[in-house]
Amino acid sequence: MELAGQIDDLHKYYYLGNQVVKALRGVTAEFPGGDFVAIMGSSGSGKSTLLNVLGGLDRPTSGRYVIAGNDVSTLTDHELSAIRNKLIGFIFQSYNLISQFTVLENIRMPLSYRPDRPPMTREDIDWCTELALQVGLGDRLDHRPHQLSGGQQQRVAIARALVNGPAIILADEPTGNLDSSTSAEIIEILNRLNAEGRTIIMVTHEPEIAREAKRQIYMKDGLIAGDGIFPG
Amino acid sequence: MFQRFVRTLLYSFKSLLLHKLRAGLAVLGILIGVTAVIWLVALGEGVSYQAQQQIKELGATNIILKSVKPSASSSSGRSFIVEYGLTREDYDRILEGVPTIERAVPMREITSTVRAGTREADVNLIGCTAAWFDINSLSGARGRILTDRDIEERQNIAVIAAETAESLFGYEDPLGKTIEIAANNRVDVYLVVGQTKSRMPSASIGSSLEGRDYNQDVYIPLSTFRSRIGDQVVTSRTGSMEGELVELSQITVTVGDLSQVDDASDIIEILLEKYHGSKGDFSVTIPMELLKQAEMLRMMFNVLLVVIAGISLFVGGIGIMNIMLATVTERTREIGVRRAMGASQTDIIEQFLAETMVLSGLGGIAGVVCGFLCRPANFGVLWVIENWLPEIWRSLPPTIQQLQPIIAPWSIIAAFCISVGVGVVFGLYPARRAALMDPIEALRHE
Repeated sequence: MELAGQIDDLHKYYYLGNQVVKALRGVTAEFPGGDFVAIMGSSGSGKSTLLNVLGGLDRPTSGRYVIAGNDVSTLTDHELSAIRNKLIGFIFQSYNLISQFTVLENIRMPLSYRPDRPPMTREDIDWCTELALQVGLGDRLDHRPHQLSGGQQQRVAIARALVNGPAIILADEPTGNLDSSTSAEIIEILNRLNAEGRTIIMVTHEPEIAREAKRQIYMKDGLIAGDGIFPG
Repeated sequence: MFQRFVRTLLYSFKSLLLHKLRAGLAVLGILIGVTAVIWLVALGEGVSYQAQQQIKELGATNIILKSVKPSASSSSGRSFIVEYGLTREDYDRILEGVPTIERAVPMREITSTVRAGTREADVNLIGCTAAWFDINSLSGARGRILTDRDIEERQNIAVIAAETAESLFGYEDPLGKTIEIAANNRVDVYLVVGQTKSRMPSASIGSSLEGRDYNQDVYIPLSTFRSRIGDQVVTSRTGSMEGELVELSQITVTVGDLSQVDDASDIIEILLEKYHGSKGDFSVTIPMELLKQAEMLRMMFNVLLVVIAGISLFVGGIGIMNIMLATVTERTREIGVRRAMGASQTDIIEQFLAETMVLSGLGGIAGVVCGFLCRPANFGVLWVIENWLPEIWRSLPPTIQQLQPIIAPWSIIAAFCISVGVGVVFGLYPARRAALMDPIEALRHE
């Protein structure tokens, strides 16, 4: 199967004054297309840093990261932004919706950053409405984030992540702020998306959430400590 | 492209509505700056327009020659009669010597006392020709003005000005009545044949031309002046006698075209200096030169005003920068989200620049609207002073009392463009700061 992403001996250091924080110390992994990976580990293990690098938000200090055939280290800000826009959908623990926008405006926001910045068309709006329907928010298009529950906000965020039809979905503790039944709903949506063929990489520290993924990666001190099929 | 631009502006507007007061205050800063530019320029234009009108009344194609009494030290001998000024020979020489001349109007003027019955008035007695009325825009209110025939016939007739008529005859019709004009210790009787309409006095222009009040004049034919009064005029003042011998007080030369003014005035000056030497007993005033000077002055004035107004726009710009920096900090997380969703640094710069441009543009539009209130505001202020503070009103010079601001179209365009420019310049730093933020840091920002 084609690889969605590949990392090779990835290092990421942060410089805080005189101190060097080594968040990643040589991580190598492959992410086949259609995979559903849960990255686990205690806080400070480097799992979030890894996700940021995978999402093209951060550049590695050294090592190679190839996403859909592009070596990230050679890309300009503009090209990298285009890759985030086209190939990657982000889901965050705290939803990160824009508070002054309505549900519909939040969902369609990534559309305004498409390559060449084409104007919004009627079809685009229909597509956003369709996505809102798919995540069960068809009747809340005009609501603002503060009028929605946490689960609903996260579903808006998922619709927003899907609007450009990304190949990879990166989820950073997507259920971290949700109760167990709402979490289950979100995981179900992610499973469905995976079944449609999208690669999902999810950071979590809850074993029962990680269990839902096809594969788990355990991280410790900036290195991959274990890799396996759960439960296996 | 255009559609996207409009959409960006619309979204900017929407984000600004989140903080109405804050955005309003920033807009106010720009509004005041723009209004200041428009008002100050309008007031400046109004003042200089008055000055230009006065100069234009003198006629731009005219060259005005005046006899000037030399300072006491240079007067010759111990004679108490001073001889100076323009002569009839000068007049003839100018007529012959200046090829582009259209006409030259001679005039002789003294101050005198005029009586009618028991009433008396101090007047300017002017000996002139028919053309005098034309070049000074004087028209008849009653009867007639002087004609060429009057000059030939050398009759004792007079045309009197409005105020003179009022002080001599009250509200009676002066036509056909006689007045007594005293000069050189003799009195002559003149028949009043006409009265001129009252005319606004001309204000003095710098030091080169003094103001003139046309309403206390008495006009008689120049030829009559010469034969009845003569060139030498002696006035006795409490004990001492003073006399002057002047042939002509003023010659107004008119040339055919504006482009000929410079050459003609050069010729005249050379011509007159040849015969007058260094006595310095005449002056040459060129209204066109004054006009140019006034134009220069107006430009300098405008530059000054624009600098002052520019400072207030600058302050407005700082206000905008201040709130944009606050906005950027406040929306750090939104910036992070947008970056994660694929916004490039350029997109972020555009977004925040658009917001500052909406702010400053709104300020600019509102400022232009307020700019148009300049005339009513000026009128209102003058009205309040005139009716409620009459003492202050009387102390104001007529230039201020009659001030009509003139809104210059260029000032509106310039003020608006500058305000938008200020928005861009002062928005650039906050926008850049937003764009250069680390997306991860931005996403973590609380």
